[in-house]
Amino acid sequence: MSPIRTRAALLAPAMVILLFAAAGPLVIVLIYSFLTPGDYGGVIWDFSTDAWFGVLAERDFFTEELSWADAHLMVFWRSIKLSLMTAFLSLIIGFPTAYFIATRPRGSRDVWMLLIMIPFWTNLLIRTFAIMELIRNEGTINTVLIAMGLVTQPVQMLYTEFSLLVGMTYVYLPLMILPIYASMERIDFSLVEAGYDLYATRWQVLRRVIFPLVKPGVVAGSILVFVPCLGAYVTPRVLGGGKQLMLGNLIELQFGQLRNWPLGAALSLTLLVIVMVALIFYVRAAGNEESAHG
Amino acid sequence: MIEIDNVSKLFGAGDSAFRALDRVSVNIRENEFFTLLGPSGCGKTTLLRMIAGFEGPTSGQILLDGQDLSDKPPYRRPVNTVFQSYALFPHMSVAENVGFGLNMLGRSKSEVAATVTEMLKLVRMTDLADRKTSEISGGQQQRVALARALAPRPKVLLLDEPLSALDFKLRKEMQLELKRLQSDTGITFVFVTHDQEEALTMSDRIAVMSAGRIRQIGGPREIYDQPADRFVADFIGDTNFLPAEMIARTGDSAQLRLAQGVEVTARAGQIDKTSGTVTLAIRPEHARLVAPDAGQLTGVLDEIVYFGTDTHYHILLDGFGTRFVLRLQNTPDEMRMMQQGDRVGVALAASAGQVLKD
Repeated sequence: MSPIRTRAALLAPAMVILLFAAAGPLVIVLIYSFLTPGDYGGVIWDFSTDAWFGVLAERDFFTEELSWADAHLMVFWRSIKLSLMTAFLSLIIGFPTAYFIATRPRGSRDVWMLLIMIPFWTNLLIRTFAIMELIRNEGTINTVLIAMGLVTQPVQMLYTEFSLLVGMTYVYLPLMILPIYASMERIDFSLVEAGYDLYATRWQVLRRVIFPLVKPGVVAGSILVFVPCLGAYVTPRVLGGGKQLMLGNLIELQFGQLRNWPLGAALSLTLLVIVMVALIFYVRAAGNEESAHG
Repeated sequence: MIEIDNVSKLFGAGDSAFRALDRVSVNIRENEFFTLLGPSGCGKTTLLRMIAGFEGPTSGQILLDGQDLSDKPPYRRPVNTVFQSYALFPHMSVAENVGFGLNMLGRSKSEVAATVTEMLKLVRMTDLADRKTSEISGGQQQRVALARALAPRPKVLLLDEPLSALDFKLRKEMQLELKRLQSDTGITFVFVTHDQEEALTMSDRIAVMSAGRIRQIGGPREIYDQPADRFVADFIGDTNFLPAEMIARTGDSAQLRLAQGVEVTARAGQIDKTSGTVTLAIRPEHARLVAPDAGQLTGVLDEIVYFGTDTHYHILLDGFGTRFVLRLQNTPDEMRMMQQGDRVGVALAASAGQVLKD
């Protein structure tokens, strides 16, 4: 086979999967978002922009008056806010963890990484229910707090944004630790010594030497946490209890109970756009700072 | 200036602990090019890292200008290091690397800029100031590492085998360059190497180390001509060791009898014996190849090795059972018509040898 044909053959399986599993469904979603909802789910093949209209606005049923779709905006805002907070919290927790592991002797690093990865390999539902068991009103934390006499009433943690933040941070933390650890492990430790030698304090070494060198890992980790958080479904479903909807739950609602497939499709594509915009913005920001450093 | 007082360093604990340094004491003087020389694992790098502050002594103390350094972290010591791997910051330009120390010391922008310019000029790297450190050659990285360590004007500059990664020619060049920098800046240099030739060329004084101990401290000439013990004599340059019997001693002069019944005079060195079996050390260039009946010792020429500038003659001495290596400089107008298997004589230069502790 010619080199070009060999390359094509190597690429073919991935292309087939992308075509049928990503590009194809995406086109279908795009088409559905411009159709009319059927009475019992599904779509009627009548062109309509109502769904896209409905993403941001709503029309009063009787007066036909237009207003912002506050409920949707609320969910957008909550999704973006919680995803950013989760990424930030994961960074705060993940960075020192990665540093700790990367500075262990070579042999024990793999053990530490395994400990980080084991929860990640456990079923998502099980992990989420474990968190629920910890923070629900009759759960471990509240039981201990009450037994110690610190509170008289159980502290409401479940079904709040707090519970979503805790749950998603717990679930996605390994995705932050892994890339930071990977770039941290490659650092030549004599660079750190050189920093100390040249009068940099611990904090300055961290900020001026270590952080710039692991920044690619931090960027990758932040993206890996932020993006799945935006579309998270299971965690907000279990820990938000239908009260704290996120984008994923809102979309599910349209395809399920509300039987508005076109709106669901439009919301899905909106999510995709938000992710893309966020990524472009983030990568640009990270890149600019890089070139400013020279 | 630097007093290293009875310093020991153990790695690990209990019986399995490794003693990297064993009661080492040495004074390094102001404005001196001081070299720690020894084979790998002798503790020289550990000692250097202790002066820098990366390791603490298990016992003993290190003083700089009379001040105990024990509780001072590396960033509070007026000491800078040139690392073996150079350890240049890959995310900074050449100029940013050189200015790093001064920035950390909180110097003004204009002062940093002026010093960086001056330092880059000193190491002849002005043209490459804005390059990334990954875009310059090994020799250039070496110069940047030097400039970076010199920029904060440390009292002491530590150099950890900085030339080992360079090729032969560049290494020779940098040896002279380092020597020049040391006398230009007046900063005390503490240089670690396992290359004895490098140590002899550059140093004001050398400490020869082995197995965590200092075996001898002295000027290059003293170390070479009057090695304190067999290890030093063997490690620095080539040496022939001959078993001998001491028959008389007056001051620094010892009368010895060698295996062939020959009597020679040698320096007694640091040995306190006046009789008994000793070892005589003779440098290969302190003997001449002569006719079998014209020298003190006789033997058979076993091997001739050509080195360009000189030739090494390996001689199996009669009655010794050891080889004697003799080094003669090659001259253009001379052809030595020696062949393997020839019987030859060896003439020792007057009082050429040194008696060693055995």
